[in-house]
Amino acid sequence: MAVGDLAVAARPRLRVRVRELLDRERVLGPLFVTPALLLLVLLVAYPFCMALYFAVSNAFIGRPSHFIGLRNFVNLWQSDAFRQTFQNAFVFTGSAVALKLVLGIALALLLNQQLWFKRAIRGAVLLPWVIPTALSTLGWVWMFNSLYSVVNWTGIALGLMDPPGPNWLGQKYYAMTAVVTVNVWRGLPFFAITILAGLVSIPRELYEAAEADGAGPVARFWLITLPLLKPVLAVVVLFSTIFTFSDFNIVYVLTHGGPINSTHLFTTLARQVGLETGRIGEGAAISLYLFPALMFVVWAQLKFVRRQVY
Amino acid sequence: MASIARRRRVGKIALHLALVPFLVFALFPFYHMALTSLKQDRELYDRQAVPLLIRQTPTLEHYTKLLWDTPFFTWMKNSLLVTLLSTTVSLVIGTLAAYALARLKFFAVSSFGTGIFVTYLVPTSLLFLPLAQVVNWLGLGDSKWALVVTYPTFLVPFCTWLLMGYFRTVPKEVEECALVDGATRVQALLRIVLPIAVPGLVCAALFAFTLSWNEFIYALTFTSSSEEITASVGITSELIRGDIYFWGSLMAGAVLGSVPIVILYVFFLDYYVSGLTAGALK
Repeated sequence: MAVGDLAVAARPRLRVRVRELLDRERVLGPLFVTPALLLLVLLVAYPFCMALYFAVSNAFIGRPSHFIGLRNFVNLWQSDAFRQTFQNAFVFTGSAVALKLVLGIALALLLNQQLWFKRAIRGAVLLPWVIPTALSTLGWVWMFNSLYSVVNWTGIALGLMDPPGPNWLGQKYYAMTAVVTVNVWRGLPFFAITILAGLVSIPRELYEAAEADGAGPVARFWLITLPLLKPVLAVVVLFSTIFTFSDFNIVYVLTHGGPINSTHLFTTLARQVGLETGRIGEGAAISLYLFPALMFVVWAQLKFVRRQVY
Repeated sequence: MASIARRRRVGKIALHLALVPFLVFALFPFYHMALTSLKQDRELYDRQAVPLLIRQTPTLEHYTKLLWDTPFFTWMKNSLLVTLLSTTVSLVIGTLAAYALARLKFFAVSSFGTGIFVTYLVPTSLLFLPLAQVVNWLGLGDSKWALVVTYPTFLVPFCTWLLMGYFRTVPKEVEECALVDGATRVQALLRIVLPIAVPGLVCAALFAFTLSWNEFIYALTFTSSSEEITASVGITSELIRGDIYFWGSLMAGAVLGSVPIVILYVFFLDYYVSGLTAGALK
């Protein structure tokens, strides 16, 4: 009976105490971040450590693995496929990001004008970015089909190509062009819409003052628009660099890395080596080549772009 | 006077004409996809036919074939289940973390914020190999539940980052008033901050839904049997037998697999535009 009394008296006190504890920022804060922290430690940080270990081991699907030092990396550098991939990654990322930047600025400048059907136009421009990439890329595979390519049909009809036109996905340089084109197609909306937001935030008075001083449209673009857009452009380019460098979907669906590895990126080669042939160690070593690029982007973002936040 | 108005009008038309190539580039692939899915095979594989139009009677046979002869419904159901569950879970976890990061002072809060930001930038294609091992250890190999568990790894950092920005815009004073009136922190979050941040929550939910519906590499790696795969994987791998492509059905699948996103997109276009810039710029 005494025990029961105690329990009855203790329960409200316990509740009050929990309530008080939850009101302390030092308690509530860690409590609120725990689920996110657990998730990221278990499913991001831990796999990352595994990747580091795999890369220096001879891990093979379904077999115990041993430490082999840097032999995976040495082997990779001796393989033509990897050296080709290394080169592809830079050609692909460099040309796709440059194209998206130039076209993105152009498109954003156009969208920033007084337009009819403004909302519909924005909706149309953003569409490639929201549709599932794997599915829309399938549409491009059909558009680049060797026999029924609508791209070639149009090119021939307009007199731009000699029949039968290039075999887009079957020839080395054309395949790279195709992969870059689809990446630009998908990534352009992100550039255009983000740069547009940057354009809108430039004060009108600057343009009016420059116009009063006799600056033409070209001078205004180089002297006002571009310098003031620089922070936005830096963010967009950094973001896009990491996501273009680590692209998987477009290459996997469009070319599978072919013809003869000419469009393989680190991600697609890692999948082929790590899963299709089972050499997980070597696959993980290939994936890790994304890491320096990631570190650079993180460093640049934290140092230059988000300095004000943390 | 009249000539100035006219010049302005000509300028405006020229502006719209300059937009045409961009719009054609953005929209033509979708037009061509839809067109292909409605063509009869006879016209589809006729090299003399004009590929930009349908000249013969359009047909729904590719759609019916897709719906009745393939497990397309199962794939869509899987996609929907995985997407809804992982979105909900990530939104809850992300809201809690974002509130703590935006409002509370505690041990190591800033390094946790940096950690969230770094994982936000980690591409899914970096970790899929070791994650496949983890998934196997959890006993989730070749199961859609592997996707429910792994999708939050990229959704939570995204939601947290986006919501943190929205929570910061809620004036501190409003919340402090409630605290002075005797509300607890949890009550203040539920009754004051969250209602004000509803646009942010809608935005995070939309983007989380879109990101997980569109996810491909994890789905491709962690699931393989026909009963477990999602729409994107099913359409890109199961509809292609060897080297034979059934283009009509493939394009029908691509169209139908995009429908949920298109519906959301039509209704919430402005949220997509604002979320895109908020996620990147805040």
